[in-house]
Amino acid sequence: MMRRIAVALLGLGLWTGAQAAYDIDQLMSDLATQKGGRARFVEKRHVALLDKPVQASGEMVFSPPDRLEKRTLLPRPETMVLDKDTLSLERDKRKFTIHLANRPEAQAFVESIRSTLAGNRKALEQDYALALEGENQRWVLTLVPKDEAILALLKRITVSGSRNQVRHIEYLQADGDRSEISIDPIEAQ
Amino acid sequence: MKSPAVRVFLVWLALMLAGLVVVWNSRFTADMSFFLPSNPSAEQRALVGQLQDGSVSRLLMVSVGGGDPDQRAAVSRALRKALAADPDFLSVQNGEAGGLEGERDRLLAHRYALSPSVAPERFTEDGLRAAVTDTIDLLSSPAGMLLKPYLARDPTGEVLSILGQLNPGAQPQMRGGVWASRDGERAMMLLQTRVLGSDLDGQAVAIDKVRAGFEQARASTGSAALSMELSGPGQFALQARETIKHEAKRLSLISSIAIWLVLFWVYRSFKLLALGLIPVLSGTLAGIVMVSLVHGTVFGVTVGFGSALIGEAVDYAIYYFVQAGHQGVNQWRRVFWPTIRLGVMTTAIGFGALLFSGFPGLAQLGLYALSGVVTAALVTRFVLPSLTGPGLRVPAHEVWVRRWMALLGQAHRLRWAMVALAVAVSAFLWQQRDRIWDSNLSALSSVTAEEANADARMRSDLAAPDARYLVTVSAADQEAALQAAEKAGQRLDALVEQGVIGGYDSPARFLPSAQLQQQRLSSLPEPQALRERLQRALVDSPLSASKLEPFIGDTEAARVAGPMTRADLDGSALALAVDSLMTHGKDGRWTVMLPLRPAPGSPDAAIPTQPVEQALAGSGALFVDLKTEFEGLYSTYVEEAVELSLMGVLAIALLLAVSLRSVARLARVLFTLALTVGLVMVMLNLAGVRLHLLHLVGLLLIVAVGSNYALFLDHPGEGEPLDPATLLSMAVAVLTTVIGFGTLASSSVPVLQAVGITVGPGALLALILSAVLVYPKPGARPGKAAR
Repeated sequence: MMRRIAVALLGLGLWTGAQAAYDIDQLMSDLATQKGGRARFVEKRHVALLDKPVQASGEMVFSPPDRLEKRTLLPRPETMVLDKDTLSLERDKRKFTIHLANRPEAQAFVESIRSTLAGNRKALEQDYALALEGENQRWVLTLVPKDEAILALLKRITVSGSRNQVRHIEYLQADGDRSEISIDPIEAQ
Repeated sequence: MKSPAVRVFLVWLALMLAGLVVVWNSRFTADMSFFLPSNPSAEQRALVGQLQDGSVSRLLMVSVGGGDPDQRAAVSRALRKALAADPDFLSVQNGEAGGLEGERDRLLAHRYALSPSVAPERFTEDGLRAAVTDTIDLLSSPAGMLLKPYLARDPTGEVLSILGQLNPGAQPQMRGGVWASRDGERAMMLLQTRVLGSDLDGQAVAIDKVRAGFEQARASTGSAALSMELSGPGQFALQARETIKHEAKRLSLISSIAIWLVLFWVYRSFKLLALGLIPVLSGTLAGIVMVSLVHGTVFGVTVGFGSALIGEAVDYAIYYFVQAGHQGVNQWRRVFWPTIRLGVMTTAIGFGALLFSGFPGLAQLGLYALSGVVTAALVTRFVLPSLTGPGLRVPAHEVWVRRWMALLGQAHRLRWAMVALAVAVSAFLWQQRDRIWDSNLSALSSVTAEEANADARMRSDLAAPDARYLVTVSAADQEAALQAAEKAGQRLDALVEQGVIGGYDSPARFLPSAQLQQQRLSSLPEPQALRERLQRALVDSPLSASKLEPFIGDTEAARVAGPMTRADLDGSALALAVDSLMTHGKDGRWTVMLPLRPAPGSPDAAIPTQPVEQALAGSGALFVDLKTEFEGLYSTYVEEAVELSLMGVLAIALLLAVSLRSVARLARVLFTLALTVGLVMVMLNLAGVRLHLLHLVGLLLIVAVGSNYALFLDHPGEGEPLDPATLLSMAVAVLTTVIGFGTLASSSVPVLQAVGITVGPGALLALILSAVLVYPKPGARPGKAAR
């Protein structure tokens, strides 16, 4: 909304300052200032078949621009490392490695979080239509998959946060199940 | 009119026709049993079985390059669609089907028979609680996406348990939804033909279909810039056959023309030129007939190389025409035939030694050459005279003969030089004795380094097996074989745990023995019992027991259905996996192969033999390292062939001793032959060539041809001077031999090249050395020619 007004004002030649509105480019450049770091996360998964949500928690480490480590401690230790275009998963002493180029759907999925953290608009827009609401202190970025095949699995992703810090991610699946991740930085830089 | 000539001709013709009938009904084969020893060990049998019709021998790898990724993917899809509909291909994979994930329905249907986790404890209250909790935990992991749709049917996670034991290793890269090479620049496909790798004609049909399919796919998708590469054992075998065929045709055309020009210059008669072919053709036919009658099947290789061996047969016609043309048929029979006969006998003995080889290829080669040479000589002696008739006239070529005669008269001056040369040759060969023979089998292969590299690249792009190591077990029936495979599998599991091996494949993963399946299914509780246990187990769980009726229904269905059979897998990739690892042999026994994967990061991707053998000890399973086995087999053959050749040479020496009846003459002939062979070996060694089996066959041929020259030149030792006819015929014979084998030496096919490079120079050397060492010094009295 703000953006539309900004564009309208621009058109009228009346735009004067950069304060007021907050647009995607600004959010992205804010996010890009994030030098990475550790954060605690709690993930709640709501599955229709289950009476209660399943909860997992652990730590995340992001090293910009393209390495993200998600270390689940509870209920079961599991480590997921996303490094450039490989995703590896270690659980029960077993290790799986996926080349993301081989799995476009997985690529879209992991790119949503990594590219948001890195403030990489170009990468995000490859797979998603973006919409931003709120302002610098409290923003909400909505990602809707562009690809039909992905849309059949994932309805949308909602990322919200404050300034250069992502605080909450919600995945809404096509079947109505959803998953929420809350992120709590340990040592923000 | 029934003259004796016509009668002889008719008998010959009848025999030839009978021979043709035999050849027509002969079974020709190009398969690898060429290498199978007559009394194979179990390891060797596994080796040849694997090479002959193992699943690896039926693999064809296709790589599509050029254009852009979308075009390549489109062509890959179109090609897969075309070939998958063709019964000639058992499987056509390009990554579209998603590998075993595509078999999820079948895995789901048979999960309680297939899952290694199914055991009575898993279906107790505690077991169920643990299994369901695990599954729910997994829901929160990214892998949970796979699991969620089946949660109500498979809350204990048996499908994941089945998938978990499959090769987690390398999968090819994907581009545009299909497999691609590592660099992404080529689309990759993996095909398995229905026909065995050893069925070259079948392979040819399959490969043509792939090429035609590619052309069509390229045209229909409008991507003219794309090109296709194909590799695999069948392709290599086929290519080798084509190259040999092509080379043999080209080279024999070149050498035939050259030889015919020489012969025409000598004979000045087209009739003689044509008649000269008769002994050769008769010999070739007789060789094939004998091999067919004795061995049942004829190896294509035998015919190819054997034909070169009876190149000696050409000489007989030359001897006959030139000698009889100058001195008359009767004189020829009286004076020359005994010498030729002795030469034929030495040749027959030399190759006869190979008959005792445990290497069927070599035994066939020996039989072929033996019967071919003898037949050619007999035809020369008994048929040619009738056919040529009395008016045989061959120009004397006096100018040339006089020149050669003069040279021959001076040859003895080099004798001491030859003795010195012999010392040098012996010393050199002794010093190089460890570097003479090549123990590497690839020396026999016609695959170029470039092709081998392309093959290795495609293999690694596709993560295709090279199947160097395998464990094999066999049993009287399928059930026993599967049980044995499961037992061996347990021991291999321990090795995987210890990190000795990276993993292994087993048909029992997709088709467990009925015994094991029964054991698994019997651990499933009755529906009511299961329902009650679930209720108690899942009291606090987020997944309530009331939602798991589909699970209870499925376990009951599995219990009622009982063990699955091979037929339940029909039409799936799982069936292919089972069939390629389990074979029903001609002897009625079932054999199971368990290919092993080396531990990640092991040097040269090698697996240590000892721990594996130790782990398998007493289980009846056999560990086979195909590479070591093959090399061992081959070096045994080389050793045996060398021994047999030496025996043959010994027998030749005995024969010569009996017929020459003079120690001095015998010594000179043998010394000449030995020095010739030694010199050729030195020359090859200096040229950086390591000798292999076919060089050895070439050396035998030098002895055979060379003994003829030596005996002719020794002939004057009996008191008669060397006549111009003999000299001319020998000069022509050596010239044609050198032309014939010299052209072979230019071949790009290693086996042909080996025979050519050995015999070509060898024949010339044999003549020169015989002239120097055997021909008596002018004026010397018989028997006193030597100093």
